[in-house]
Amino acid sequence: MWPRLEARPERSRLMIYLTPLIAAGLTGVAGVILFAALGHDPLRALHAFFIAPLSTGFGWSELIVKATPLVLCALGLAVGFRGNVWNIGAEGQLILGAICAGGLALWAGDAKLPWLLPTMVLAGMIGGMAWAAIPALLRVHFNANEILVSLMLTYVAELLLGYLVHGPWRDPAGFNFPESALFGPSAQLPALVEGTRLHVGALFALAGVGGIWLLLMRAFIGFQVKVIGLAPRAGGYAGFSQARVIWLGLLCGGGMAGLAGMVEVAGPIGQLHPQISPGYGFTAIIVAFLGRLHPLGILLAGLFMALTYLGGDTLQIELGLPRAVTGVFQGMILFFLLAADVLIHHRFRFGRRPVQPRGGDRHGRA
Amino acid sequence: MATSSTPPPELAPPRLALRDVCKSFPGVVVNDHVSLDVRPAEIHALLGENGAGKSTLMKIVHGVLAADAGEILWEGRPVRIDGPAEARRLGIGMVFQHFALFESLTVAENVALGLGTRDTMKTLSARIRAVSDGYGLAIQPERHVHELSVGERQRVEIVRCLLGAPRLIILDEPTSVLTPREALALFEVLRRLRDEGCSILYISHKLDEIRMLCDRASILRGGRVVATVDPRQETARSLARLMIGTAPPDLKERRREPDAATPAGAMLEVAGLDMDRDDPHGTDLRGVSFAVKAGEILGIAGVAGNGQNALMRALSGERRLAHPEVIRIADRPAGHLGPRARRGLGLAVVPEERMGQGAVPDLTLAENALLSAYRHHGLVNRGLVHRNRSRDFAGRVIQAFNVIAHGSAAEARSLSGGNLQKFIIGREILQQPRVLVAAHPTWGVDAGSAAAIHHALVDLRDRGAAILVISQDLDELYALSDRIAVIAAGRLSESRPTHAVTAEDMGVLMAGLFEGGNAHVA
Repeated sequence: MWPRLEARPERSRLMIYLTPLIAAGLTGVAGVILFAALGHDPLRALHAFFIAPLSTGFGWSELIVKATPLVLCALGLAVGFRGNVWNIGAEGQLILGAICAGGLALWAGDAKLPWLLPTMVLAGMIGGMAWAAIPALLRVHFNANEILVSLMLTYVAELLLGYLVHGPWRDPAGFNFPESALFGPSAQLPALVEGTRLHVGALFALAGVGGIWLLLMRAFIGFQVKVIGLAPRAGGYAGFSQARVIWLGLLCGGGMAGLAGMVEVAGPIGQLHPQISPGYGFTAIIVAFLGRLHPLGILLAGLFMALTYLGGDTLQIELGLPRAVTGVFQGMILFFLLAADVLIHHRFRFGRRPVQPRGGDRHGRA
Repeated sequence: MATSSTPPPELAPPRLALRDVCKSFPGVVVNDHVSLDVRPAEIHALLGENGAGKSTLMKIVHGVLAADAGEILWEGRPVRIDGPAEARRLGIGMVFQHFALFESLTVAENVALGLGTRDTMKTLSARIRAVSDGYGLAIQPERHVHELSVGERQRVEIVRCLLGAPRLIILDEPTSVLTPREALALFEVLRRLRDEGCSILYISHKLDEIRMLCDRASILRGGRVVATVDPRQETARSLARLMIGTAPPDLKERRREPDAATPAGAMLEVAGLDMDRDDPHGTDLRGVSFAVKAGEILGIAGVAGNGQNALMRALSGERRLAHPEVIRIADRPAGHLGPRARRGLGLAVVPEERMGQGAVPDLTLAENALLSAYRHHGLVNRGLVHRNRSRDFAGRVIQAFNVIAHGSAAEARSLSGGNLQKFIIGREILQQPRVLVAAHPTWGVDAGSAAAIHHALVDLRDRGAAILVISQDLDELYALSDRIAVIAAGRLSESRPTHAVTAEDMGVLMAGLFEGGNAHVA
């Protein structure tokens, strides 16, 4: 007998936390099928994807390096998503943050300036916020769809970065490669552990978790965001401003993404070039939902999604699989999560439908 | 009398018989061994409070839900109704409380969709006209549904139902959207249908109309049939006692004339409010003026869709006005202010919609308490939510207003409509407002909760608040109001003392026949 889906009277709090794990499990199963179909030993492939990257201390440090920008971006996005503000352009906002912080670093050159890093942090956040302010302004005043505007501005940002590193900011001593000069020492984030790429940016992410947690879970403005997101008419009744939530959502998303951009260029990368982000801003959308738009969940989800980047690299090296496998796994996670979320409002019931009128003639009369 | 060859209705098998029908949802038994007979050619009332299980039972009869146990007999034969199509095939028609019509389609197109007929539009229109003329249900098949009044829409539903040649028609609270005159016309149609041999199952909680219209009444309480009576032999009070288990408290004793002791100043004043509709199906407000003094209740009557919605939005501040002086709250200009600032002047609002406007279904009661009470009791401190105080405040509302819920951590969606309404009204009243604006305070609320809500409103009035009640329920307005005005087509009549407004006056006013009203005196 097939199980039936039945509506629950209340949301299941257990399932809210369980479905991300179910989604991860189903992704593993689908991964086995996928690798088997490609003619690889699925267990070896899964080991290479999920386990091997974490078998060394260096692997763990790389995990945190990759998770840092994901967590930063996703934290900001969660503020908007909770209020039904769909900022899809964190990638572009990250790039603008990198451009603003990087421009400052290039201007400073090799000079020793103690205030340079804090100023770069500010510049990065302001750059991201400015980029996100465009969709906010257009949405509030002209009701332009922020999904489209923020997404399209991502391509504008990529082209702007490309123009800068191909043109005015290209390193004269760089053999015509499209990249800037390396940042001076006072524009580089100090390392946390010698011999790894782990840098203080990871601490920014942790501080961000705390700050966004306070904003979303304790502050009255976070409550307003939640109400506008769940029931806009109730927000209107209570006197909460939709425009304010749109501005807050986009500016938080832009600011945090801009900070992530600064952290990337001043941390592991150390210069500007066209590929500063392997799609962190987009992957952060999955991180935000996988983490249930909750700061602590986002921290865990960010680490998990960072693993898909590392695992993709390992598979490329060990099995010669294309790097696209990272994107496939990220897509599967989101897919299974959205599917499994049906269990929050529904549950399976096994057994027969218990309706049997005794001796009824089902189609008796003409 | 029954000397014809057909047996009298009492001896023929019942048209519809339910035998020990049971239905539970997770955690609740909704129908508990319900047995019920609807005889041929009778109007049978199904009477009960909200949550008594009426709607669930009707959904089972109509095939939308399946019973867990029990038997359904149609003209003496056991049947299994596994969908509305099967119900229609047997001859069961249903007129829903909330109409299932597509606004952008014509009447004929809507009927065609509902019937699944293969007629051409032209034949169908002719059939619709024939049925509607035959029963005096004037409708024009080619008109679009969005142009129709609520009463006309109901006629469309009834005609659609009649085209299926039903032998049992179920009507769910059919008069809740009608003027008294429209309701009387509907009763005529129903009596004629009965005389032609059709059975009617009439769901309502309006005791007077059941006594006027119905041949028998089954009373449902807590999922069980507690009695089947002849309503013509009962009083409204005895029916109410059966329905809620105890006699309803009499509100009239608590009424009191507004006297010289109450301050004379108007706490809520609206002067010449003109407001254009902001959605195509809305109503323009024109020249709406009234004043509510401290210690009085002003009732605004009217058929739904005559501008009540727009008036609520203008009063609550959800829609701001260009001119501050048009609305004055506690003697301060407030037309330009938003909801937050108006609350600061002492306004509290009970909105029309409970779920999604007055409360957020996915949030807990503690969070829903914060929704409108955030200015009070230190619930918000330096931008941070004081969660313990929110919980305490919600707990006080739950206790003071006898809200049945699993504490302040329960989600609003888990409450029944009546309980959620008690919570919302309690939340507003415990903010000690100087002005309370309440829309349909007891719409769809069971009699016990309605009485509690009425008492709370009267108490608040007696403590000196100015209260505006907008309602379609005339009994409620007569019971509560010190003065009554009527809204029709976006215009408001002069208010008059309640005792000076007869039911006939009310019908005339609701049709817009007042000075400054839109209707032409015929």
